[in-house]
This record gives sequence, structure tokens and C-alpha cells, in this order.
Amino acid sequence: MLNWLPEAASSYAGDFDRLLSTINWITGVWFLLAEAVLIYLVIRYRRRPGRRAAYLPANSLRSMSFVLVPCAVILGFDLLLDGVSAPVWDEIKLQLPPHDEQVRIQGEQWAWRITYPGPDGQFDTADDIETVNDLRVPNDKVILFELTAKDVLHSLWIPELRLKQDAVPGRTIRGWFRPTREGEFEVICAEICGFAHSMMKGSLRIESAREYERWLASKAAEPRRG
Amino acid sequence: MTTAAAHAHPESFLRTYVFSTDHKTIAKQYLVTGIFMGIVGGLLSYVIRMQLANPGQSIPGYGVIGPQQYNALVTMHGTIMIFWVAMPILLAALANFLIPLMIGAKDMAFPRLNMMSFWVFFLSTVVLLVSFFVPGGAAAGGWTSYPPLSGTAAYSGGQWGVTLWLLAVALEFVAFLMGGINFITTAINLRAPGMRLFDMPLMVWMQVAAAVIFLFSVGPLIAGALLLLLDRLAGTGFYAPAAGGDPILFQHLFWFFGHPEVYVILLPGFGVIAEILPVFSRKPIFGYRMIVYATIITGILSFIVWAHHQFIAGIDPRLATPFSITTILISVPVAVILFSFIATLYRGSIELASPMLFALGTLAVFLLGGVTGIHLGVAATDIYFHDTYFVVAHFHYTLIPPVAFGFFAASYFWFPKMFGRMLNERLAHVHFWLTFVFMNLTFLPQFKLGFMGHQRRIVTPTFFEALRTPEVEQLQSMATVGAVCLLLSQILFFANVAWSLRRGEKAAPNPWRANTLEWTTPSPPGHGNFDTAPVVYRGPYEYSPPGRSEDWFPQNLAPEKGAGS
Amino acid sequence: MGTAAESGFREATEVPTGRLGMWWFLASELVIFGGLIATYLLFRWRHPEWGAESVHTINAAGAFNTLVLLTSSLTMVLAHAAVERGDLARAVRNLSFTFLGGVIFLVVKVYEYTHEIQEGFTPLTNLFWSFYYGMTGLHALHVVGGMVAMMVVRSAVAKGRDPQRVEFVGLYWHFVDVVWIFLFPLLYLSS
Repeated sequence: MLNWLPEAASSYAGDFDRLLSTINWITGVWFLLAEAVLIYLVIRYRRRPGRRAAYLPANSLRSMSFVLVPCAVILGFDLLLDGVSAPVWDEIKLQLPPHDEQVRIQGEQWAWRITYPGPDGQFDTADDIETVNDLRVPNDKVILFELTAKDVLHSLWIPELRLKQDAVPGRTIRGWFRPTREGEFEVICAEICGFAHSMMKGSLRIESAREYERWLASKAAEPRRG
Repeated sequence: MTTAAAHAHPESFLRTYVFSTDHKTIAKQYLVTGIFMGIVGGLLSYVIRMQLANPGQSIPGYGVIGPQQYNALVTMHGTIMIFWVAMPILLAALANFLIPLMIGAKDMAFPRLNMMSFWVFFLSTVVLLVSFFVPGGAAAGGWTSYPPLSGTAAYSGGQWGVTLWLLAVALEFVAFLMGGINFITTAINLRAPGMRLFDMPLMVWMQVAAAVIFLFSVGPLIAGALLLLLDRLAGTGFYAPAAGGDPILFQHLFWFFGHPEVYVILLPGFGVIAEILPVFSRKPIFGYRMIVYATIITGILSFIVWAHHQFIAGIDPRLATPFSITTILISVPVAVILFSFIATLYRGSIELASPMLFALGTLAVFLLGGVTGIHLGVAATDIYFHDTYFVVAHFHYTLIPPVAFGFFAASYFWFPKMFGRMLNERLAHVHFWLTFVFMNLTFLPQFKLGFMGHQRRIVTPTFFEALRTPEVEQLQSMATVGAVCLLLSQILFFANVAWSLRRGEKAAPNPWRANTLEWTTPSPPGHGNFDTAPVVYRGPYEYSPPGRSEDWFPQNLAPEKGAGS
Repeated sequence: MGTAAESGFREATEVPTGRLGMWWFLASELVIFGGLIATYLLFRWRHPEWGAESVHTINAAGAFNTLVLLTSSLTMVLAHAAVERGDLARAVRNLSFTFLGGVIFLVVKVYEYTHEIQEGFTPLTNLFWSFYYGMTGLHALHVVGGMVAMMVVRSAVAKGRDPQRVEFVGLYWHFVDVVWIFLFPLLYLSS
């Protein structure tokens, strides 16, 4: 229901979309039911000459149960939602599966600075590769990212991956995703970050492993600044 | 400070209309200030919506918007609507006017403190408005003003915008603390003889609950704002990571207040509905005590849900699930209140007068705001919806019902009491239907935009490929048409007020045949409110009681001899 | 609230309205300081090295000031007791003593600040000192506020007016005292 999300491109998007659909159904049915009851009561009991309202202060538990029972059912649905949603959160945010590739992403006013470990696979070495607003990852590989911010809060937002995470100066936040579909997507900043917040945009390119390796190699061959 | 001060008979114009200690005058002062700020906030939303429908084009009456201006517009729109419209109108104006009248008191417990409260609030309003005109412009870091963006001028743009914003907000909090202490004390101690706590109208309960919630939640934010002010002005580093500070700390302090604040605004809105539903369905409210207890439980729960605003803010991800559970749990007591309201209609004799229309409209609209809260309260789905238009739509669906619909319901209901004239009923009906339709036209499309992943606070959506589609543009245009028509529809309300103040039918003391004590006073009530101190014999919602020919039974009507009360 | 209000009638609880208002005011103050202290504790937890900083506060001055405030609270109680007995002259005298306590407290505090700044510990030295000056400064402002209120009440009581306010200003003064009793060990002693 309400399947308006952009086409998914990550491994956990399926679980996410199923959870969202469940929530849409549960809340949608409750919403329509409540509205229907409200409208029915207003029409059914509108004022007519000669009809007196019933005196129902509902002071007894018995009469209160007309309200309390539906609320107990809501409580049941609440707990159900807690139960089905926690694993999805854990999958996206808590677990860090063994990774194939690593990348550092730094938000700054107003760009994404991306660092790859380079041929030696180690960060903070001379062969690190740095790009601005150009995030490339191989398809179907687990990508571990380390997210930081240089100046103010930013928020890494890639709708197709169903991934959003704030970047906080002074903290390194680790997260992961496994892309499942090749293509180019926008890397948005979702947290207001000053003057050009609206223009902060990078690109995520999900490529085949071969294309990705070729790109990395060409980057590594480029002469380094400074 | 004794109530006697309030009865020293007014000498001068200044004493009567400006530095008045009469709770009814102070209520009107808050009301007028709140409505004025509402117009300001509404005009800001006009500019925002026009820009979103036609990015980059010159807006009639404003011109072309720059990015920094846009950030300031959304910041100030949010700030004004929450702190300078919802708070003064729903809390200060309604509580000031109604609490003493409803509990049979001559005035507030501390009339001079009450007057000071308004003038501190007025000062805060001036400070906030001045901040539009300082070099660098008004605050532009969102209504939450998160550091580090708000922490130094280097990040936020101007030096003065955020500083004045902080000062204005702090002053405002002080004003509402003074007001809140007054409301609580008055309700506890100045009740008329015979009025037990469970004889108080629900409006009084809701206002007191709101004041208590505000009082216990705002302290940490006052402390937090103080630290932020020191960061800005003195150069300390409480929120600066380079100095060992922590930017997320401010988020905790902000939302420890910010989420209870939602209920501070919501509860008085519920109070309005609770007063209107029984009168226009001629039935007792369904489960009075149950509603009171649910309100108290909601208030308590509201203190342990705040981190759901920060699921993805960089807090420990293990905290998400506990906060998700408390957040979703709060839906239960809120549902108890809403369902009790709906159950009140059952076997009633419902008259769709204008206050009732708006009260029912509040319920109808709020239901959608309520259920969409689940999408955001569930931590996993919040990953996607956080900071998208879904959030924008959600909180407008939760806040417009109490603030706008609740205010209009209250206006059509209590205007006769406040000004002694009836409002035009036919105009009111037109006003309701236009407001209801255009409200939905404005914000329903924004839910869909949120589903599509449209992030909020973006001056030019067309900058992003994914948002440069005919569908997004169409939805944005729909929302803009809705918003402009929604704003224009309000002219009907103001015209109605302007016309009725002079030409409206004179109001009887109790035009709605209602039970509560405010209707035993003349319309409008004079100084000291009650000609003779009322005595209370029963609860506020004795409508259509068995064994009585009339379908109402005022609280102060002495029981007939021989008959039980 | 509670049972008294449930059964009671006029002016509904037995608690005087002024005292009730003061309690709610203090509750609001309590959460302000509570928020500040909780924030400080969270930081302190993460920065064990702040123990070395707090060594540079002047424990003796802090201890002396604690004594001064406690004594002034005692004279405040005596002033209230005097009002209860109807001995307004004595109440005024005890209010003056309490006021004097406030003056001594502030003088010592100014001495401390001067000394610490001369030693090079300013509010910008590091976060510990930011908290130190921020929290003690806010507390000192409350002391000043209490002294102003006390003077207003004192001059009224001296003319025989509003003696019940001695109790209210007393409640406030005790609160300021209690806050200090929390601040002293947290900022001076914990190392």
C-alpha cells in the first residue's frame, strides 16, 4: 500500500518496504475505521425534534470498556509493531556485517568529501583516494562507511538505499549498505546546514565490480595534490 | 499579592487597557498578540509555498528568495507558529480567560504576576520581530537551532539573528513560567465552594496539565539555551567538539522540552473539544475521569519519548528501540482521550453549530496526524521519513487541529462571552468548510512527497534530479494552491469578527445552554466576574440528566428541596 | 492537591496561595538547575581528567561560603519564627542578618573569581571552567535576586505590611542554599 518510494537499491530495502507496508495497512485501517465511526455517529445522532440525548457519563468500568477495549487492541498492535520493527532497525543500524569495501564520508559546508583507502586498503596512507561529491561503490558488495562532519551537522540521505544518518562533528559513525542495483543516485543532505544546504548534493554511482576497479585504478594513477 | 489588588477599581485608560491586572483583559492582550503573530507566520508560509511551487520566480509582494532567506523563513515560520501563536493563544489567552471564570474565581491568584507575564511576553515578541531586521537576517538554522550551526556566527551567517532568537525564546519561556505558575495555583486554590477537583471542567484540567508539563520540561532547555548563548557571546565550547563539547547534548535538552511541548499545545486544544462536544450533543462527556487519568498518563509518558526525534542523529543506536516503544505506547492514552470524545457523540442530540463543526474537524484531522506518528515513532521507518516532507505533513496534521481548528472552535464558542456579541453563523460554516478542505489540500500532497523521499527545508527542489519530475511539481503546486486558499479563507473569520463586534446579535449570558460557570456571568463579564460568588453542586457535564425536564443542569444551580443532587 | 482539596470547600486547599505559588516557582527553578547539573555530570563522566582541574578551586572559600549560606538560612528561619510570634522587629533584624550573609557570600565569591582568573583559569580555559563559572555565576545571580526580594520584603515588614511574605522569600532562600550544597561538592571537591 502507498508504494510511492523510489525503486529500491539496497539489500535491506526489501525488509524496510515490507515493514512500511505493514505499518501503512495497520494505521490506514485504524484511521479509516475511526473516521467512519465518527462520521456515522454524527449523521446517525444529529439533532431531531423530540429526541432527547441519552445520559451516559460512563463512570463504570463496564461502560468505559467501550473505549478501553479498542485501546487495548491498539496496545496490542503497538507491541506487534515494536516487535516487527526492531529487527529491521537492528539490521540497518546495529549490525555491521563483514565488509568488502570501506569508505569515509565527511559532510562539510556544502559538499560530501569521500575518501577511499586506495590500493593498500588502509586509510591515512599516502595512496588514499579523495573525491568530492563522487561516491562510487561496486554492486552487491558490503560497503562499510565511516561518517563524520567537519563543521556543522549534516545528514547523509540516499532514498533508494533507504538510508539516512546524521553526520556529527566530533564523532565517527559507522554504518553499512549492500547495493543491489547499478545506477546513479543522488546523495542528499537532509539536515539544515547553513547557507547552501539546498545545494548540497553528491552522486552515488553503483557500478559493476569491474568498472569500479577500473575507476579506482585510474584514480590511483592520478598525480596527487600537495 | 492578593486578589484584592485586582479589584482596586480602574482609574485610567492605561490601567484598564494596557497595564491591566484583569485576567480577561490580559487574555485579550495575549489573543491579539497571538493573532498578529499568526498573520506574520501565515504570510511567511505564503512566501515559502510560492517559492516551492515556482522555484526562483519573483513572489508577488516579496520578490526573489535567496537560500539564506529561505532558511530564515522556515526557521521563523516554525518558531512563530509554535512559540508565538500556539502558546499565547491556546495556553495564555484561553487559560487566562477561562480558568477563573470556569472555577468561579474573581481573578487569577497573582494578578500582577499575570500582567508581568504578558509584558515579558510582549517584549519577547518585539525582540523576535526586531531580529528580522538585523544585519545578517533572522535566525536560519531551523526552529530547533541545533549547534554547531547556531553556535557561532561563522556557521550561521549573521551574528545577531540567532542571539536575538535565543533571547526572545528565553524571555518567552520566562513569561509562560509566570503564567503557568498562576494557572496551576489558581486552579488548585481558588475554586468556588463545592467545586472538587473532579468537578472542574476538562478545559481546566487540560490547561493545568499543560502548565505542569511545560514547567517541568522547560528548565533543561533554559539551561541549554543559556549554554548556547555563552557559546555564541563568550566563546565557550559547550557544544563545540573542538573544545570537548557535544552538539548532540543540545538536541537532548531541546527535545526533552520539545516533545512535551507538543502536548502542552495539544492538551488545551483537547480541552476546547471536551467543552464543546457535550454542549452540542447534549450529553455528558464520555468517561470524565478516564480522560483525566489518560491526560495525566500522557503527560508523564511525554517526558520519556524525546529521543525519537534523534533516532538517526548519532545517538547510540541501541537506544532507539526503547524510545520507539515508549513513543508508540503514548498512542494508547491519547487514543483513550480521542475515543472518549468520539463515544460522547453516541446517542447524542448533535447540533452542527460552528463550534461543533470545528471541534469535530479537529478530531477528523488529528486522527491522520496521530496515525502517521507511528511511521515516525517506529525507529526503522523513521530512518526514511526523518527530515522529509512526511514529517512536515505529520506535524501540521497534529498541530493545526488544536492550534487552528481548536482556536476557531473556541472563538465561535466563547466569543459571545468575551465580547458580548454573537458571530455570524452562516459565515462561520463557510469558513469551516473552506478551512477544512484547503487544509487537506495543502498537507495531504506533502505526505506523498515524503513517501517519494523529498527532503524538507530545500529552497529549490528542482536542483535535485529526483525532484525534477512533473509529479513532484504537481504536488508542490497543489500544496501551494491549498495554502494560499487556506490563508485567504481566514479573511472570512476576520470579517466575521469585525462585523460582529459592532453589528452582531447581542449575546445572552448563556447562548448555548451550557453548564459550566462562565455562562452564569453576564456577557461579557464585568470586573470581578461574578455578581454573587457561585456555589457548585455538581460536575460540569450534566446534560440530559434523568428526572429533569431541561436537558442541562448548570453546576451552580441549587438542587430542589427533597430531590438529591 | 489530594484529599484536602477533594473534601474541602473555599480557597480550596489549606495551603496559602502564596506558598503554593512559591512552591511551583521553585519547582521550575529546580528543573533549570537540575538540567544544568545533569548536563555537567554527563560531561564529568566522560572527562575524568576534570578532577585535576577542580583541584584549583579554593576549597576553603567554598566551605566557608557553605557555612555562611547555612547560617543565613538559620537566621531566615528565625525571621519566619519571629513573624509567627508577631515579633516583626525581630523578624526585620533577622532578615538583615540573612541579607548580610548574602553579602559575605558574594564578596567571597568575587575574591575566588579574581584569584582564579589571576591564576589563569578563565571561563574559556576549558569546559570544566566554563561549567564552573556558568553554574556558580547563575547561582550567584539567584543569590542577588534573593537579596533584592529580601530587601523589598524587609522594608514592607518594617512598616508592618505583608509579614506572610517572609515565609515565601525564606523558601526561596533555602532553595538557593540547597542548590549551593549540590554545587559545592560537584565543582570543588570531586576529584
